[in-house]
Amino acid sequence: MSRAGKIARRTFLIGLAAVAGGVGVGIYAYKRTPANPLLAGLERGQTALTPYVRVDQSGVTIITPRADVGQGACSVLAALVAEELDFAWEDVKVDPGPPSGAYYNGKVLAEGLPFAAIDDGFKARGGRFIADVLGNFPVAAQVTGGSSTVADGYEKMRVAGAVAREMLLLAAASQTGIAKADLRTRNGAVVMPDGRSLNYASLAATAAKIDPPATVKLKPESEWRYLGKAMSRIDIVAKSTGTAVYGIDLRMPGMVYATVRTNPRLGGGIKGYVAGAAAKAKGVLKIVPISGGVGVIADNTWRAFRAAKLIKFDWGAAPYPPTSAAMFETVAASFVPARQDSRLKNEGDVEAALAGNSVIEAEYKVPYLAHAPLEPMNTVVQLKDGRLDIWTGTQIPTFLVKRAVSVTGLRAEDVHLHAQISGGSFGRRLEDDYVRQAIELAKALPGRPIKMTWTREEDMTHDFPRPLGMARMRGAVKEGKVDCYDLSIACPSVNASQFGRLDRSIPLLSYVPVLSDVSIVAGAWDQPFKIPNYRVTGYRVPELVPVSSWRSVGASGNGFLHECFFDELIHAAGADPLKERLRLCWHEPSRKVLEAVGEMSNWGSDLGKDRGRGLAFTLSFGVPAAEVIEITNTPRGIRIDKVFVAVEVGKVLDPENFGNQVQGGVIWGLGHAMNAELTYADGIPQQTNYHAFEGMRLYQTPLIEVRALTNANEIRGIGEPSVPPAAPALANAIFAATGKRIREMPFNKFIDFV
Amino acid sequence: MRLKVNGKTHEVDVEEDMPLLWVLRDELGITGPKYGCGIAVCGACAVHIGGLAVRSCSLQVGDVSGDITTIEGLGSPEAMHAVQAAWVEHQVAQCGYCQSGQIMAAASLLSANAEPTHEDIDRTMSANLCRCGTYLRIRAAVKTAAAKLRERKT
Repeated sequence: MSRAGKIARRTFLIGLAAVAGGVGVGIYAYKRTPANPLLAGLERGQTALTPYVRVDQSGVTIITPRADVGQGACSVLAALVAEELDFAWEDVKVDPGPPSGAYYNGKVLAEGLPFAAIDDGFKARGGRFIADVLGNFPVAAQVTGGSSTVADGYEKMRVAGAVAREMLLLAAASQTGIAKADLRTRNGAVVMPDGRSLNYASLAATAAKIDPPATVKLKPESEWRYLGKAMSRIDIVAKSTGTAVYGIDLRMPGMVYATVRTNPRLGGGIKGYVAGAAAKAKGVLKIVPISGGVGVIADNTWRAFRAAKLIKFDWGAAPYPPTSAAMFETVAASFVPARQDSRLKNEGDVEAALAGNSVIEAEYKVPYLAHAPLEPMNTVVQLKDGRLDIWTGTQIPTFLVKRAVSVTGLRAEDVHLHAQISGGSFGRRLEDDYVRQAIELAKALPGRPIKMTWTREEDMTHDFPRPLGMARMRGAVKEGKVDCYDLSIACPSVNASQFGRLDRSIPLLSYVPVLSDVSIVAGAWDQPFKIPNYRVTGYRVPELVPVSSWRSVGASGNGFLHECFFDELIHAAGADPLKERLRLCWHEPSRKVLEAVGEMSNWGSDLGKDRGRGLAFTLSFGVPAAEVIEITNTPRGIRIDKVFVAVEVGKVLDPENFGNQVQGGVIWGLGHAMNAELTYADGIPQQTNYHAFEGMRLYQTPLIEVRALTNANEIRGIGEPSVPPAAPALANAIFAATGKRIREMPFNKFIDFV
Repeated sequence: MRLKVNGKTHEVDVEEDMPLLWVLRDELGITGPKYGCGIAVCGACAVHIGGLAVRSCSLQVGDVSGDITTIEGLGSPEAMHAVQAAWVEHQVAQCGYCQSGQIMAAASLLSANAEPTHEDIDRTMSANLCRCGTYLRIRAAVKTAAAKLRERKT
C-alpha cells in the first residue's frame, strides 16, 4: 500500500481511539477497511492529509460528506474541522467529497433500535455500538438523517482537523529545522518564533510524507474560536444573491432537458401510452419508456413539460385501496394481536388499573403528508464511454452508487456521483427513485448530459409520504393524578417500506422489513414519564401507499398522539398540565426542559379572555423538547400568538443556526397540523400543488422564543426534535381557549385559523 | 424576440407562450429565479419588471414589456443590495431555494413603500412560501433593509 494510504488508515485508528478509547484490538479491524477516498481523485498538486482535509496551492478544502438540505450540515462540519485545524473561517472551502464508506454515519442506524435514546443501560449501549459497526462495515451507511450529523461528526471532524494540523506542524519543523514545540499555527499558517509564517498550502507536500501522530489532543472548549459562537453560514452570501448553484441549476455544454411521467398510483405500472402530438412537439428530441412510465427528452425543460402533457397514458390500478377512507378502514382493522409489532413499554398492570376505574377513551388520526421540498426532484446524468456521472442532491450517496451499478451494469468505480446542495428535503432525498429514472434516460440517450426535472405536480403525486395512522387510547385517573395510560398506535411501517426500496445489493438491509419497526411508536413509547400503569403498543398496518421518513419520522405524528391524550387525562384528573408532567417525569434533563418552558411562558399566569395556552413535550432523537403555545380565539378564527420552546441538546455549536432550525421545525410542525394532508381518490393524491398543500405563511407565523439547555452529556442534533411537540401544543392550546378537543390532523377540518 | 435582462440585451428565439422563467433559466442560463410551483403560488420565480415583482413562471415571454431584473441583477456577492445585505445579517436562508424570490419581493415592496408596517410586510411577504420556515428572519430582515434604505436617503 502507498504511503498516503497508510496514513489514511492510521487516521481512522486515531478517529476510533478518540471516540471509543480503550476498545480491544479485535474491534479496530472494521475501521481499517475504508481507504482514504480522496486519494483516487487527487489532481496534480493536491494532497489529502485525512479523508476530510485536502490541500493544494489554492488552500485547504474541507470535505463535508453530509447532504446540505438547508440544515447547515456543511457549515457546522467545516467549523468542527476549522476549529482544530486553526483555519480562518472566511477562507474555508467545502466539498461534499466522493461517496464512500469512509464517510459512514455511526449514529443514524441506532435510531432504529428498540432502546430509548436516554437509556444508558448495557444493552442499549451495546446495541448502539453494533449499529455503529454495521453502519461502517459492511453497510457503508453514508447517510444524512435522524438529526445525527452533529452527533456523528462532533469528534470525527475535530480529530480530522487536529491530525492535519499536527502533520502540518511536523512538516514545518522538518522544513525549517525549528523544533515543533516552538511553532504555532494561526489562520491557516504555521508561525515561526520570529513571526514569519508558512501557509498550509506550502507545507502540504511535506506533510503528506509524514506519519500522523498516534494520538491527538483536542482543544478545550474554553479555547474554541468558532464553535459555540454564532457563525455566518458558509453558503449565506451565495443563497442571498442567487449565486448558490443547486442541482436543478446545473448547465453543461450539449446538455438536454427532460421530464418524466409515471403512474401516480405508485406501483400501479403502465399498461400503455400514446405519444401522439408529443412526439412532434417543438423541441422534443426523444420520448422513451422508463420503469412505470415515460420520459420526454427535449431542448428545454418547459418544452419537455408541455410535451409530456400531450401524452395519453393507460395506467394500471393502484396496488392499495383507492381512497383515504378505505385506507383508514385498513388502519382501523389493524388493532389486532396478529398485527402487533411491538410493546416496548409495559409498566404496571394496565388491565387491572382500567378494570377498577371509569375508563377515559379516545381515538386519534393523522394523515399522509408530503415532503414537498421547494426544489422539485431532479438529476443531471451523463452516460458516456462506459462512465456514468450523476449530479444530484441525495442523503444516501453510497446506496445510490449501488443502485446505479444495478441499473447500468457498470462497475462501481465507473459511477461518479457529484453531490449537490438541495432546496430542502425533509427526508425526501433518502429515496433514489428520481435518480433511477434519470439513469434510465441516460441509457436511452447516451453521450450527452441530461437534466431531468419533475414538475411540481409530479413531485406532489409521486412522493413517498409520511404514513397515515390511528391511535386508540384508554386511561384512568386516581386522586387527581394520571394513573393509567394505554396507548395503541396503528401505522404502516416506514422502515419496511423505505428500506425495502433500497438496492437489493446493500448487505443486511433486506432484513430490516422483517424486524419490528420502532418508528411506529417512536416519540410515544420512549417518553420519560413514570405513570404507574403505562403501556404503548405498536400495530403494523400492511403497506398501503409506499411511505418514507418525513422530518422527525415516527415522532412527527406520535408526539401529537401521545401528548394530546396525555393532556386529556391530566385535565380529567383536574391536574395542571405542567405540574403533572413534572411530577411524573423521571429524567432530569427532561424535567429541566419542562421547567424552562414553564418559566419562559410564565405558565399559570392569566392570559385574559378568549386566550389559551397549551403544553406538549416530546423526546425524539435523544432531544427532550417542550413547547408552550399561546393562542387567541378571534372572531376570524384561531390566531397563534407565541411559541416558547426549550430543548436539551448537550451542546450548541452554532446558536444562530440552532435558533433557525428550532424555529423552522416549529413552523413545519404547526403549518402541516393546521392545514395540510394528502388524501387519495382513485389511488391518486388529490393535492397536486401548494395551493392545496399550504403549510404556514408569514402572516400566520407566531413569535417563537427558543432556549437551549445543555445539561446532558451527549451532544445531539436539532434538525427534527422541535417538530413533534408543535402540533400537540397547538391542539392543547385550542382546547384551553375553546374547550374543543381536536383529535385529527389537519386541524382546519374542525376549526378556522386566522 | 428581444429581452433586456439585468442591463443586457438578449435575442431569443422561443414560442410567445413560453413562461419567462424558462426563457431565463434554460435559454439564457440565468438560474437565480427558481422553479417551485409553476402556478404563481410559491413566489420562488419572482423577478422585477419595471421595478415591480412578478411571477416569471406564469408570465408568457410574449407578454413581457419592460426591462427585467433578476436576483443576479439586484446585487452581487461583492456589491449586495440592502435587502441582500440584511438577509446575510439576519442569516435568513436555510435551504435558500425560496430566498431569491423572497428578496425580490422584499426589494419591490421597499421601493414602493419605504416605511412598511408590520402588517404591510406580512401582507406582501405572505405571498412567498418558505418550506424551511425562515419567516421570522425574513420579517426582521425586511425591517432592517427598510431602515438601511431610509438612512441612505437622508
